[in-house]
Amino acid sequence: MQIPYTVHPRPDTGLFNAKLGVWLFLASEVMLFGALFSSYVLLREGALTWPHGYEILNIPLATLNTVVLISSSITMVMAWASLKLNDFAKYKRYIGSTVLLGFGFLIIKSFEYGAKFSHGIGPGDSTFLAIYFTLTGLHGLHVIGGMIVNGYLWGPGSKMWQSDPERLTNRIEVAGLYWHFVDLVWIFLFPVLYLL
Amino acid sequence: MSEHHTAEDIKKHVRVYINVFVALMALTVITVGISYLHLSVVPAIILALVVATIKGSLVASYFMHLISEKRMIFAALILTGIFFIVLMALPVLYHGDKFY
Repeated sequence: MQIPYTVHPRPDTGLFNAKLGVWLFLASEVMLFGALFSSYVLLREGALTWPHGYEILNIPLATLNTVVLISSSITMVMAWASLKLNDFAKYKRYIGSTVLLGFGFLIIKSFEYGAKFSHGIGPGDSTFLAIYFTLTGLHGLHVIGGMIVNGYLWGPGSKMWQSDPERLTNRIEVAGLYWHFVDLVWIFLFPVLYLL
Repeated sequence: MSEHHTAEDIKKHVRVYINVFVALMALTVITVGISYLHLSVVPAIILALVVATIKGSLVASYFMHLISEKRMIFAALILTGIFFIVLMALPVLYHGDKFY
């Protein structure tokens, strides 16, 4: 059976199905991260003392990671624009760069985690570190998830360009929605955990 | 975003994306710069969240195409927004063992 409305919009929603599906998924993601941000506020309000993130964490590395993730968002949106302009070679370069930048983000993050662990500092050492590792760890898992999807769309998934180019373009658009959301979460995580 | 774009439309979009990217980079520098001022907690939190909200809005509006999206998505997002506000209000309304 063919999945309906993968290319053309459904008349009642005005959207192709995957786009509405991904937006509903992102709505649930807002609640997931929202619950953790809410927990952060509760924990911070209830704590007698709360460290400044910049005293414990590495600001230059986290700033670099912000730049890396924002750069990966522009390459992701450029991958979609390249398909819209029928330039498959450029698409491959942009989506490939997005995956590599995601990988770069994780490497930088692993340096940060590694520095903490090597000093015997872990999530069990303070409430701040517990929420820091929980939030950044969950975010890191989202980066890995996005890289798997984007890696598939760079590799085997890109064959769809030959058989159904419009459907592939829509897939990139919705994969992009997820990837930009992961960027958006980091935009809030960065100041909340590192700078305040 | 509507499914019918001419090549010219897309090229215009690309220019906007690049401008948004530059703005996001500039705002990242501002965010980090503000943190070095070591302001007291309340103004620091307000400023950091204002800048993060501007950055988040730019990503959602342009990279995620919300600026030209269909009504159905806004309906889902408004509902999400209401629940998110409730979620964020819970710790603010809870003081010690009292809830008000």
